[in-house]
Amino acid sequence: MALLQISEPGLSTVPHQHRLAVGIDLGTTNSLVATVRNGVAVVLHDENGRALLPSVVRYQPGQPPVVGHAAQQVQASDPYNTIVSVKRFMGRALHDIADAGSFPYRFVDAPGMVQLRTADGVKSPVEVSADILRALRERAEHSLGGELMGAVITVPAYFDDAQRQATKDAARLAGLEVLRLLNEPTAAAIAYGLDNAAEGIYAVYDLGGGTFDISILRLSQGVFEVLATNGDSALGGDDFDQRLFCWMLEQARFPDLTAQDNRLLLNHARFAKEALTEHPETRITAVLSSGFTIDLTLTAAQFNEMTATLVSKTLSPVRRALRDAGLSTKDVQGVVMVGGATRMPCIQSAVATLFGQTPLNNLDPDKVVALGAAMQANVLAGNRREDDDWLLLDVTPLSLGIETMGGLVEKIIPRNTTIPVARAQEFTTYKDGQTAMSIHVLQGERELVSDCRSLARFELRGIPSMVAGAARIRVALQVDADGLLSVSAQELQTGVSAAVTVRPSFGLHDDDVSRMLQDGFNHAKEDMTARALQEARVEAERLLDATQSALDEDGERLLDMDEFSEIVASMRALAECVSGMDYALIQQMTERLNQVTQAFAARRMNMRVREALAGQSVNDLMS
Amino acid sequence: MMAITVTEAAAQRVSEFIAKRGHGVGLRLGVRTSGCSGMAYKLEFADEIEEGDLTFVDHGVTVLVDAKSLPYLDGMELDFTREGLNEGFKFNNPNVKNSCGCGESFNV
Repeated sequence: MALLQISEPGLSTVPHQHRLAVGIDLGTTNSLVATVRNGVAVVLHDENGRALLPSVVRYQPGQPPVVGHAAQQVQASDPYNTIVSVKRFMGRALHDIADAGSFPYRFVDAPGMVQLRTADGVKSPVEVSADILRALRERAEHSLGGELMGAVITVPAYFDDAQRQATKDAARLAGLEVLRLLNEPTAAAIAYGLDNAAEGIYAVYDLGGGTFDISILRLSQGVFEVLATNGDSALGGDDFDQRLFCWMLEQARFPDLTAQDNRLLLNHARFAKEALTEHPETRITAVLSSGFTIDLTLTAAQFNEMTATLVSKTLSPVRRALRDAGLSTKDVQGVVMVGGATRMPCIQSAVATLFGQTPLNNLDPDKVVALGAAMQANVLAGNRREDDDWLLLDVTPLSLGIETMGGLVEKIIPRNTTIPVARAQEFTTYKDGQTAMSIHVLQGERELVSDCRSLARFELRGIPSMVAGAARIRVALQVDADGLLSVSAQELQTGVSAAVTVRPSFGLHDDDVSRMLQDGFNHAKEDMTARALQEARVEAERLLDATQSALDEDGERLLDMDEFSEIVASMRALAECVSGMDYALIQQMTERLNQVTQAFAARRMNMRVREALAGQSVNDLMS
Repeated sequence: MMAITVTEAAAQRVSEFIAKRGHGVGLRLGVRTSGCSGMAYKLEFADEIEEGDLTFVDHGVTVLVDAKSLPYLDGMELDFTREGLNEGFKFNNPNVKNSCGCGESFNV
């Protein structure tokens, strides 16, 4: 007979209708599948008892793809056809992948998403991910003895809409019904049962093989809200191995190493790192291809010292995320550790010191995300009586704003704002009689339009003709719960309006997000100078415009020859420097033009007043 | 004397699952009339003993059965086994005459 599992009271399933649901951690390096059986979340193993499935797929002509360990083993000998880290390409166009050159793949530029040429034809990242998901689905169906009803698949909290959609597409291709996409940090928090806690702020510290992510979550009334995310897409456990490898080279001064020796030493570095998790010291012995023997002793203290910079590199994003969330370490009620690299005692103690508390680490950090996803899948499949559905809120990964005169960006919705959100700001016209306004929507942290990402551009027409600065145009930005951005502009006097809808996230990857953020930090000063220069230029041009139209109207009437030529000379001097880079000079020339036109401006004002009053009695004016 | 027994393997897993679940007085076994061959088993965690329940204790595990179900289950042994990648509970029921291909439903 079929094997049965224990159900919750009153929730026994009808024969042949078991609500089998799984949680899948679709990782960059490794993937896992887990389920809730007999009321307990467990990770499902393969025939060899292994939980982790390397996220590696190998394609050969006319053969089914090879997924996992078998593919990983031939990665070095068949790099073109063995795809690793495909998660980095999900939902991304070729031009989005800044480091495309560092991958051995033959990329094919395709609209929307990049593709990869293999011996078995061109594959999209969605197809490659689907092959990984299919392997996990088959493992689950063998383990659970039936067809899956659905799966919860985890994605990084900062995954944008395109990346989430690509993940869903991959699942559909693999024959999986997606019950929900769940943010990885939220899954980890669920695995620790934090969803049953009353209220609180939690930090999820995720140090994987090659990436580091920190997320700040807020739980209130059973709702997990991602308050802020930060991280380093080029920092992980592998860097600790690399650091140790370099130390070994420094210690032993080896003759030339072959590629094989490098691999061997890196493996020994990893073993030594893992040994130090349990022991205060370890011995590294290896024989190189040249016959040279290595025999080194490494203590935990030495290891901690050589990797101290790496450890502290993870702490700055933690502080930034807290700052973005407007919180301090004291506000954090619990810290969840995710990723195999968090087993290192140096990481555990650094995190404990920073937060002033011992992090939650009693679950296997490699499995915690998959376990949480399985628990969520179990609820969504209807296997739990208390139907406590977790509602998830997200944040904008980057600031959203619009272009103002001079190529500057005015931020309207700052990054890490919880969505859905709507914000509006008023703008005005720059020139007299301006009847149209171009609205350029941008995303990014930099001050100049050219350094940000252009999302959309549209025009508001039909603004009534007025003097510069008199029109009031309200621009509203709104991001809905699905991350969809709509922008509208309305002239408040006549009510004319125009609007556009965009996906702010499309084609944007976490690497881009972190690069754009990093750029924002690195160029803060430069940007300030650029903004000042740009503002000075705008002001100078506005003054030149205004002076020219005043001269055209009243120059001959109100100015003598000397005054006239002095103004013209000042205008010329300003016009000459306005497009240059000398901020101080532009300011100085603007100031001079202001001074030489002062008397002229006063005379014009008096004349206008006289004209207005001419032929009117005081009584007329008072009535 | 009617009886339901639990193998040591099954008892060990049941105790483990109840401990991880954090609450529960034992297991509830029963039959329902559904499925392709007439009857189907019920295997659930029990949070309380209900009126009319018969209680059996074997290898430290409490098994609750309602009076209506008992005739169908009398003399049955609950086992825990592994079949390939799959593992789970098995009902060794001497009362079963026919069962459907998958064994999830049966008649007596």
